Amino acid sequence: MVKKMFGLLIPVLSVVLGLLAGAIIMLVSGYNPVDAYMALFFGIFGDSYFLGEAIRTVTPYILAGLAVAFAFRTGLFNIGVEGQLIVGWLAAVWVGITFELPMLIHLPLAILAGGLAGAVWAFIPGLLKAKFRVHEVIVSIMLNYTALHVTNYIISYVLTDKLDKTNNIFETATLRSPLLSGLTDGSRLHWGIIVAIICAIIMWFILEKTTTGFELKAVGFNQHASEYAGMNVNRNIMMSMVISGVFAGFAGAMEGLGTFGYASIKSGFTGIGFDGIAVALLGANTAIGVVLAAFLFGGLKAGALNIPVETPIPNEIVDIVIALIVFFVASSYFIRWILNRINKKGVK
Amino acid sequence: MEYVIEMLNIRKEFPGIVANDNVTLQVKKGEIHALLGENGAGKTTLMNVLFGLYQPEKGEIRVNGKPVKITNPNIANELGIGMVHQHFMLVDPFTVTENIILGKEPSKAGKINIKDASKKVRELSEKYQLSVDPDAKIKDISVGMQQRVEILKTLYRGAEILIFDEPTAVLTPQEIKELMLIMKSLVNEGKSIILITHKLKEIMEVCDRVTVMRKGVGIGTVNVSESDPNSLASLMVGRDVVFKTEKKESVPTDVVLDIDGISVKDARGIQVVNQLNLAVRAGEIVGIAGIDGNGQTELIEAITGLKKTINGSIKINGKNIQNLKPRKISESGVGHIPEDRHKHGLVLDYSIGENIVLQTYYQKPFSKTGVLNYSKIYDQARNIIAEYDVRTPSEYTPARALSGGNQQKAIIGREVDRNPDLLIAAQPTRGLDVGAIEFIHKRLIEQRDNGKAVLLISFELDEILNVSDRVAVIYEGEIVAIVNPRETTEQELGLMMAGSKRMEAGDKSRG
Ligand SMILES: Nc1ncnc2c1ncn2[C@@H]1O[C@H](COP(=O)(O)OP(=O)(O)O)[C@@H](O)[C@H]1O
Ligand SMILES: [Mg+2]
Repeated sequence: MVKKMFGLLIPVLSVVLGLLAGAIIMLVSGYNPVDAYMALFFGIFGDSYFLGEAIRTVTPYILAGLAVAFAFRTGLFNIGVEGQLIVGWLAAVWVGITFELPMLIHLPLAILAGGLAGAVWAFIPGLLKAKFRVHEVIVSIMLNYTALHVTNYIISYVLTDKLDKTNNIFETATLRSPLLSGLTDGSRLHWGIIVAIICAIIMWFILEKTTTGFELKAVGFNQHASEYAGMNVNRNIMMSMVISGVFAGFAGAMEGLGTFGYASIKSGFTGIGFDGIAVALLGANTAIGVVLAAFLFGGLKAGALNIPVETPIPNEIVDIVIALIVFFVASSYFIRWILNRINKKGVK
Repeated sequence: MEYVIEMLNIRKEFPGIVANDNVTLQVKKGEIHALLGENGAGKTTLMNVLFGLYQPEKGEIRVNGKPVKITNPNIANELGIGMVHQHFMLVDPFTVTENIILGKEPSKAGKINIKDASKKVRELSEKYQLSVDPDAKIKDISVGMQQRVEILKTLYRGAEILIFDEPTAVLTPQEIKELMLIMKSLVNEGKSIILITHKLKEIMEVCDRVTVMRKGVGIGTVNVSESDPNSLASLMVGRDVVFKTEKKESVPTDVVLDIDGISVKDARGIQVVNQLNLAVRAGEIVGIAGIDGNGQTELIEAITGLKKTINGSIKINGKNIQNLKPRKISESGVGHIPEDRHKHGLVLDYSIGENIVLQTYYQKPFSKTGVLNYSKIYDQARNIIAEYDVRTPSEYTPARALSGGNQQKAIIGREVDRNPDLLIAAQPTRGLDVGAIEFIHKRLIEQRDNGKAVLLISFELDEILNVSDRVAVIYEGEIVAIVNPRETTEQELGLMMAGSKRMEAGDKSRG
């Protein structure tokens, strides 16, 4: 019980410290932090449109966070979530614009295509790690760039004739919902949030309840002992990357089928895959933690958009404040250390 | 009476536990003073207090009769106290000299003077016959040599009192002998030594006096010359201990493990097991005696499927299991207590319960169609914990939090409970105290009496001679002799292990 409270205390403290540091930056630059945080708050909860947009932003963060967390829990660092997300996005849209099927088949097919593409993209570093002990971080970083450029090529030369975005997906493949949109005053809120929550439950179930999860975690903790116990270490490494890649691909599919409805040429990364690392860290790599962290993170990102609208604070300062919060979250080790010190003193 | 070190009525608490309770330790100049106690008795803690790593809640420390406050290791160094830690604190890519001067670099105008330091290290090494090469890199020298570097480190800093924390746990029998000589030469030069150990043989061999600790309490100090291993053991454990494990005559029946002419290469591609033959029957314990590095590890890995063999055959109950996957072999009736329990035996971050089912989690009743049944898993864990006397706060405790002896008991419980036809026990008692050793030996013999085959691999000749029904001597990857433990001596075995005495083993090894 005490431990659980402790686990919750750290991310909360990180955020508070981040907000405080952000406030100092704003004060120093001559802006009013109270106004800024009011605008931030309003940007999330102020009206139903903002809330809808915030939840929409949260969706891919949950899935990207799950992807990173799943790999972490099984001893791997999947820094390639960004690339897996990009290929997942394109694959989902591809299915969405190519086939004409009833929705009951078309939509699941498009989502699965996104997951499959992410899985294939993640399988490559998994395979190289399993067979040749090449570090997954190096391979998956490079595959991020490969994904970016390959998808750009496919969009302008395969799916279109030198255009910078694909057609819109058919109505039968969309996650958009007039109902949700209507409820939230015309926001782009779509059904993806349900998919994300289901995936979080699936991740929890795999890791905590299944023999597969038992093996994956064991291999992540101690490959030697796992091998002694008769587990197939190489297969588990590949499996871990593939499952992680499915989550990442789904994140892309949510953007392609829900938020945008098409895939367009990107000049740079979406950043969601990298933010997924912070989300996973903040959520202590557990399913429920990732969901909560994604809400916080996505909420901040969405709400921050409102700061320059309502206050004279420029975008750049807003980015700095968000980055500070991430910084404090990432350095939660430091905060844990301080708390431990205080705790020890308390015992004496 | 002249004491160099006096620790009087020391008390040291950790949250929830009193690690040292009113312990008194008085060390005379020029003696080797043993500190004896089971795992967890508080020996390391007491020495960490002396070395300034912990502050005692109560008690007084005197060095050469003067009361001192040792608030950090630098002060201990200044007082001439040096510690050779249980886990070496060396930087692998650095040379011996670099490691020794680390933190105390001699410099001229800001430039480290390695040459002088190296010369001084060489002189020290020669004076105490340590034969350490000052310019060798740590990663290239053996564990025994690394320990000597730790010794040199303390001497270089001018230590007069040297603390050794279980120095022999990591050494081979030959290295242990050499270390004993080194300790003797140190006291001859006027140094004083505190030797932490739970090996009674070592105490009888080199120590002058011994202070016994039990569960944090100082039991007392006795002269070694007026004592014997039995009485020391009962002082340490708090009850009588049987050394010669009682066992009936063995009744071997069918051949369970049948190894015929296998060869195995090690990680570097060198053939370390050469055309080896060995048979183990149901109802007998075969002990493999040999010096470390003669192919024992690779032999076990070959039997358990972790390493490929190049020729010959390995049969369990007549079925060829050669080069099958570890899981298939384990399912064929092979249990395995691995040599390195942290690396191979346990997933330290998993709970004890999860570790208990590490090989069987995918079978009923622990899981069904891929879904784990944790209540069954923890039921099983509770059974093993009770039956094998694993001392743990609960079955949910991470394996990491248990002491070495209790981790080992959990592994043994897990393996024996599967009731394998062949149980391979590699160094099953390494680093454990007499109480735990006695327990483990009993369990191995029990397995044998239940008609199972047991293969025991150990560097401890005592253990081999005490527990085995037949002893197979391994040398350079071959079984060079099979002897009856009652008809041989440690000396004879030692000679055979060193390769100087070879018996025709070909047929005899098949039992
Ligand atoms: N830093 C520590 N914090 C809490 N408990 C400790 C710590 N160090 C040792 N202990 C506990 O104190 C007891 C004595 O440990 P130790 O001195 O290492 O025993 P020994 O060296 O005789 O095996 C054990 O129960 C151990 O778990
Ligand atoms: Mg100790």
